[in-house]
Amino acid sequence: MANSTLSEPAMSSASMTGVPSTGLVPRRSFGGDLLIRVRQNIGLATAIGLFCVVYIFYHLAHPKGFSSAVFVQNADEVFTLAMVAMAQTLPVLAAGLDLSVGALMTMVGCIASYLLSGAATPIEFTFGGTHHVLAVLPGGGVGIAIGVVVCLLAGTLAGFLNGCVVVFGRIQPIIATLATGAIYIGIALFLRPTPGGKIDDDLNWALTNSLQDLASTVHIFDDGNASWFAPFAPIPVPFILIVLIALLVWVPFRRSVTGRSVYAIGSAEGAAYMSGLHIDRAKLAAFTLAGFFAGCGGLFLAIQTSSGNADIPQAGTYTLNSIAAVVIGGTSLLGGTGSAIGSIFGALILRVISFFFRIFDIAPLLQPLFEGIILLAAVSIGALRVLRVKNTLELFR
Amino acid sequence: MTAASLNLSLSRDARPILISASFIVVILVAGTFYTLSRLGTAPLLSPTYLLQQLQIGSFLGIVAAGMMIVILISQIDLSVPWTLTAAAMMATAVGGAWALPVGLGVGLLVGLVNGVGVAYLRIPSMIFTLGVNAVMRGLMVAHTGGFAPQTAATDLMRFLAADHSFGIPNALFVWLAVSVLVALILRRMALGRYIYAIGNKEAAAYLAGVNTRGVIVISFVLCGLAAGLAGVLLAGYSTKAYQGMGDAYLLPSIAAVVIGGTNILGGRGRYLGTLVGVILIVLLNSVLSIMEMPEAGRQVIYGAVIILMLLVYGRGERVTS
Repeated sequence: MANSTLSEPAMSSASMTGVPSTGLVPRRSFGGDLLIRVRQNIGLATAIGLFCVVYIFYHLAHPKGFSSAVFVQNADEVFTLAMVAMAQTLPVLAAGLDLSVGALMTMVGCIASYLLSGAATPIEFTFGGTHHVLAVLPGGGVGIAIGVVVCLLAGTLAGFLNGCVVVFGRIQPIIATLATGAIYIGIALFLRPTPGGKIDDDLNWALTNSLQDLASTVHIFDDGNASWFAPFAPIPVPFILIVLIALLVWVPFRRSVTGRSVYAIGSAEGAAYMSGLHIDRAKLAAFTLAGFFAGCGGLFLAIQTSSGNADIPQAGTYTLNSIAAVVIGGTSLLGGTGSAIGSIFGALILRVISFFFRIFDIAPLLQPLFEGIILLAAVSIGALRVLRVKNTLELFR
Repeated sequence: MTAASLNLSLSRDARPILISASFIVVILVAGTFYTLSRLGTAPLLSPTYLLQQLQIGSFLGIVAAGMMIVILISQIDLSVPWTLTAAAMMATAVGGAWALPVGLGVGLLVGLVNGVGVAYLRIPSMIFTLGVNAVMRGLMVAHTGGFAPQTAATDLMRFLAADHSFGIPNALFVWLAVSVLVALILRRMALGRYIYAIGNKEAAAYLAGVNTRGVIVISFVLCGLAAGLAGVLLAGYSTKAYQGMGDAYLLPSIAAVVIGGTNILGGRGRYLGTLVGVILIVLLNSVLSIMEMPEAGRQVIYGAVIILMLLVYGRGERVTS
């Protein structure tokens, strides 16, 4: 009700000036418009606000606060969870759930530990006693580029398979991805029965440090010493990557018809179908893109740890944390509202909480308890809406 | 033609049970062929071996019985792993005559917290039970120091989980008792009707005068109790509690419930199906271990079986209005 009264003047001004409705309203009153936007994205706004408060507090309390080294370390630790949380967002928006994101991420990480060594690598396998060589991956930059593309393709393909099982198999997403997750973990275990593998040192160094180190590794901008480059030099590379992926992949998707269809499915699938939206296409796209995001996370985790590890508990933890990050980031598990940007902030909040344990002297044995209580408290914030409900029937979805 | 007419004559809920039961036979036959050709023996047909496998499976069966009730009200309980572990650790820590009540009490308490969070605070169970699981893990790490506790299971726990009566493992009797109880609740008691009603549409059940919040709390308490009991038994079977002992029970229990034909969205499914689903998973695991299948292959087969079974009878309907 409040929303419609606020937006009415803006709507009428648009129709009076005769501008075809493009969704953008000319001559908007900045303050009023901002208020509406904040209201519509209250979950996202809360997440951003909460993150800013805890992160600034963290830096103030940290002995080396506000230094590039701390930023770089934090960005490295947050990247994978942020990607997995973005991945989880898409199925959740479509009122589904993806329990395979952690497994998918682990599988891509294991693939990456073979392909990104930087040396010429034969792609070979032994089957039925005979030895086959499929191809030889060239060494150097070309090989790494091919390896990165193959890893991301593998993630995307796995996501597409999830989508196929859900859309064409018509199996509930939660149980379909539970099963495909087992398959992906199986493939990861097949590739890496024990942790191992090798990632090119330069690649590891360039992507997990500041822009300065990236520039000096690949020898651009006078090895990163160009005077104009100085203000950007201390920015962590993973941070740039998150921003790039969000801006180049998420934002265009969100604005596309397919992206809007995903939201529509989450709000009311029947209504979306009756409106002529391509339900199947949108669901497929949501799961495929989720696979891509989770693949990005797995790729980075492999590069960061310089190895591949088919760690089943770790995969499970990432899946569960991704759900928590999505909820903390303001996306409803019922679907239809929220955004992947919010999930990034949800992941940031989850990680900053664990950073706190390092600077405050909390007994290591109590850390999991505090993490659990904070997680429970964070997800319980949504319970406040129960107090505002006037009609009990509104409680039941 | 005959298959089609057979399907028509079966009720919708009986079909998954029949198909998964016949799949169990397929597993047994295929496994026996393998062992006969490779080893010249047929352990899968020996009652001793089957009883031993079912004894191990009874812990999963008890967890799945509780999980089924929660899934029937279209919720889920992700706190099972550490509820189970906490019950086992507390039971062994207390020891003596109070071990069993304390273990069950832990399960009851966690179930109560879950139920209140989901029913009264209206937080989606998917995320609330996840948080409770994290809290329980934190409590247990703080309690044990992150190591396996030095405490041992009591004689009663040993008796219930590891001993035999009349040549049959006692754990099977416990599983049977739990099964009878759950089947009675679901088939014969008003509570069971309410559970199905809430799973179909909570608003409708509420308007029909059902105390839906109370039923949800009771359902979570039952699930917590089942997890607690499984923890106590598992500690008895392995003589002690250890970190992460419940991790291997969450996903298989959900899979067993769903393979048994219970709709993951709630409101539909029979307990017999869950029983068959548990036996299927247990036998599949034992055949794979006889075949010395590496963990990688097991996971792939495990996932593929779930998808294939659901493709046969678990397909949802197209949403068209």
